[in-house]
Amino acid sequence: MPRRGGAPEVNAGSMADIAFLLLIFFLVTTTIETDAGLDRMLPPMEPPEDNVVIKQKNIFTVNINRNGQLLVEDELTDITKLKDKAIAFLDNGGDGTCTYCKGKNDPDSSDNPDKAIISLKNDRETKYSTYITVQNELVAAYNDLRDREAQRLYKRDFTDMEAEYLNSETPKSVKEALKEKVERIQKLFPQKLSEAETSTSN
Amino acid sequence: MSKFAKKKDGDLPAVSTASLPDIVFMLLFFFMTVTTMKDSSIMVENTLPNATEIKKLDKKDRIIYVYVGKPTKDYQKVFGTLAKVQLNDKFADVSEVGDYILAERAKKPQELQNVLTTALKVDKEANMGIISDIKQELRKVNALKVNYTTYEGDAFKNLQ
Repeated sequence: MPRRGGAPEVNAGSMADIAFLLLIFFLVTTTIETDAGLDRMLPPMEPPEDNVVIKQKNIFTVNINRNGQLLVEDELTDITKLKDKAIAFLDNGGDGTCTYCKGKNDPDSSDNPDKAIISLKNDRETKYSTYITVQNELVAAYNDLRDREAQRLYKRDFTDMEAEYLNSETPKSVKEALKEKVERIQKLFPQKLSEAETSTSN
Repeated sequence: MSKFAKKKDGDLPAVSTASLPDIVFMLLFFFMTVTTMKDSSIMVENTLPNATEIKKLDKKDRIIYVYVGKPTKDYQKVFGTLAKVQLNDKFADVSEVGDYILAERAKKPQELQNVLTTALKVDKEANMGIISDIKQELRKVNALKVNYTTYEGDAFKNLQ
C-alpha cells in the first residue's frame, strides 16, 4: 500500500540529551588554558669570566620593597611613572653616539641604549603581582621604543612583527624576511634587564 | 465542508524541539575548540596576575609547568596556608624543582631538550621569596627560559 503522509518524522528529542551529555563531559574534563605570559631569560649560573666595569650612570636601578613601593634611581616613584622614567633613561643617548635617540642627551644619564642596563631588585616579601607589574612596565618601555623605531624603519609595530615571527604558523619565507628586521630593531634597543639576587632585609 | 478545513481540532501543536540539539552541539563545539584537556588538577590557588606585554606560548610539548600558590581549602588542613610549589599533581619542596626539571627534560625528545620553557604559574598573592628560590633552582639546572604566565589585562589592576 502506498504511504500517504510522506516519510515519518524521526523523533530528535533524545539527540539533545546526548549532546548535553557530551557537553557536560567536556565541561568537566577540560580547562581554558592561559598560555601567554612574560618571557624572560634567567642569567646563567657561572659568572662572566672578566669583570666588566659598568659606569653607574648607565645603570637604572629599580628597587621594590616589601610594601610594594618603588625606589627608582634613589627616588621614591609611583609605579605609573616607571615606564616613562625607563624610556627617558634608555632613550637618553648621553654621549651622542646614538643617532636615532630622541632623548635629552643628559650627560648624567645613560650613554647609549646599547650600554644602558636596567637593574631590578626586590625583597623576599614583595608580592608577586607587584613584581609582575614592574616587569611588565619595564618590558613595555623597551617595546615602546622598539615600536617607535620599527614604525620609522618599516612602518610597522615591532611587537606585531615579533609576534608574527614567533608564530609557528607563519610560513618560512615570511619568517626569513622578518628575522632580519626583528634582529635589527632588537639591536637598536637591546633588552638588558638584570635581576640581582633577592635581598633579605628585615 | 470546504476543501481547506483543518483536520485537527483546536489542540495546541507541540513545540518543535528539533533545533535544540543544534544549539547544544554549537555550545559543545565551542567548548571543544577553546579548551584543552586537564592534565593535572591544580591543588594550589592560582589566580594569575595581569600583564599587557605578553607573548603567547605556542607549542605545548615544549613547556614545563610549575605551579605556585597557597594550597586550596581542601589541602589547607594538611599543608598549611603558606605558598607551596606544585609539580605534577603533588606538592613539592622548592629544592625538588631542579630534579623535576631535569626529569621532565629527559622525557622529551632530543631535539626539544634545548628549547624547553618553564612556565611559572604563580598566584598573585605569593611572595617573591619562593619565586627567587625557584629561579635559583632553575639556574642551577640551566633551565634559563622562563615564562611568567599571566592573564592579558591592565597590569595596574594587580596592585589593587
